[in-house]
Amino acid sequence: MTVDHNTLVYAAKTVGLFYLLAMSLAVLIYVFWPRNKQRFDAAARAILDDEDGPWR
Amino acid sequence: MLSELTSGQRQAALIFLALVACVGLFVAGFGGADPIAAHGWLVLGVALISAFAVLTRFHDPEPVADRSGSYYDAPVKAGIILAMVWAVLAMFVGDWVAWLLVDPELTFSEPWASFGRLRPVHTTGVIFGFGGNALIATSFYVVQRTCRVRLAGHLSPLFVLWGYNLFCLLAVTGYLWGINQSKEYAEPEWYADLWLVIVWVAYFVLYLRTLARRKEPHIYVANWYYLAFILVVAVLHIVNGLALPLSWAQAKSYSLFSGVQDAMTQWWYGHNAVAFFLTAGFLGMLYYYLPKRAERPIYSYRLSIISFWGITFFYMWAGSHHLHYTALPQWVQTLGMTFSVMLLVPSWASAGNALMTLNGAWHKVRDDATLRFMFVAAVFYGLSTFEGSFMAIRPVNALSHYTDWTVGHVHAGALGWVAMITFGAIYASVPWLWKQKTMWSPRLVEVHFWLALAGTLIYVFAMWNSGIIQGLMWRTYNESGTLAYSFVDSLEAMHPYYIARAVGGLFFLVGTLVGCYNIWMTIRASRAAAVLEGDHPAPRPALETGS
Repeated sequence: MTVDHNTLVYAAKTVGLFYLLAMSLAVLIYVFWPRNKQRFDAAARAILDDEDGPWR
Repeated sequence: MLSELTSGQRQAALIFLALVACVGLFVAGFGGADPIAAHGWLVLGVALISAFAVLTRFHDPEPVADRSGSYYDAPVKAGIILAMVWAVLAMFVGDWVAWLLVDPELTFSEPWASFGRLRPVHTTGVIFGFGGNALIATSFYVVQRTCRVRLAGHLSPLFVLWGYNLFCLLAVTGYLWGINQSKEYAEPEWYADLWLVIVWVAYFVLYLRTLARRKEPHIYVANWYYLAFILVVAVLHIVNGLALPLSWAQAKSYSLFSGVQDAMTQWWYGHNAVAFFLTAGFLGMLYYYLPKRAERPIYSYRLSIISFWGITFFYMWAGSHHLHYTALPQWVQTLGMTFSVMLLVPSWASAGNALMTLNGAWHKVRDDATLRFMFVAAVFYGLSTFEGSFMAIRPVNALSHYTDWTVGHVHAGALGWVAMITFGAIYASVPWLWKQKTMWSPRLVEVHFWLALAGTLIYVFAMWNSGIIQGLMWRTYNESGTLAYSFVDSLEAMHPYYIARAVGGLFFLVGTLVGCYNIWMTIRASRAAAVLEGDHPAPRPALETGS
């Protein structure tokens, strides 16, 4: 099988398109999943206080 | 720095350095008359000097048995100092080549002083020497604080730093001697490339092992950016560097790719070097240091994750916009153009997120030059990503490509964004690392800020003007349908802007020198404080730890 222009365009318009759409959807679901909100807020605040040294 | 190593680790370092010295000697011997022999001697020399440094400190007191109660900051400190040394060297060479363009006779008729050899010394020095050392140092700093764990290893962080700087040294000395693979931002020859692969894999493993040991369950987003930088740069470097050397004892090699595939691989590499070296890593810096310095959590953590995946997945496809109107198939050009325009979304999401974090802390931006460095960086990040998306559009590129507009765009990003965020991060880290309340002189930070900003604006405006004039002159036709201006006409029109650019660069360089002096004095102040602290009549009784 030779990979020519048409093959690549076909792949881009099918697999490529749906893979990027699925990827975006997965990211958005992860980001807006209600249970994750608490974890994200905690992570954003946690770095403000980290100078004491490693946790033991 | 060796005080943090046990005697076993000091021995291991010596054995390793002896091995490197042997390799250097072999290369020097077998290289004969080939330029690679000089690099053999260089490696031998660096390994011997390093071994000597280890030997002089070999019998220093050993560290406490359990070091996990403190962060490992020796490599961070060394990395910051190295970054500043490279900054001065490389910006000096940058300004030198800027004056060389003003007066092309400044080469003293020496091959090493020609523009073609000095220019990659500047680009490699600022991108890899200054930027790379700053990224390695701050990534070590950030991963420890955000994971609340010490780095996973004592020798490997030092190896990464030492090996990386050896790579930079091989690169820039090679250019001066005429050793160059002729791929932009990937100029070093095959053996330096192979060495960087070893160093980079060690860096990647070290970073993963530290993340794996983390005590904080969630991995803070800055680490995602740093890890993307490390992983993708490894992939890019390996693929674009695939080459066949003439022999094991010769510097010259030939790329495995040819023709338009070579061009496409190179610009897939080149643009992703901008994306993952000069953007992702520095965004990691931004997402840690900016909230930390402003003492406010990032405006939207969710947005930072969305922009992370946007940047990593879109940037990969943008490289072909460097090859508009070439032999590259039209649809590949269009693909690169489309993804470049889409990139505006995650880029502005990051820039907006940073600025919204500062919303409500503007008085701190006004009073604190360190935070102002980060603020200006975010503004320039927003500006230059907009400009980049715009310039990737094919008809715009028809005007801008091959002109100084590109040079202006690159420097808006490199000076305005990358260097500004780096200086901000360094000015934030240095007092934290050397246990001082502030920098030695906050006023000098202020001086540095204004010199850097003035230098950047002069530089960028000069190149915008020069580039657009140049682009327009190249496409102006007269009544008979031939070009109205010769190339030399356009060169003459650019001359005043070249002077302005060199002056702007000089401002920026002087600012960096002021920064070096301030950092040096801060370190000295910390040493003086340490001496005073030790000046007590009687030591306090040793406390039992761990009770």
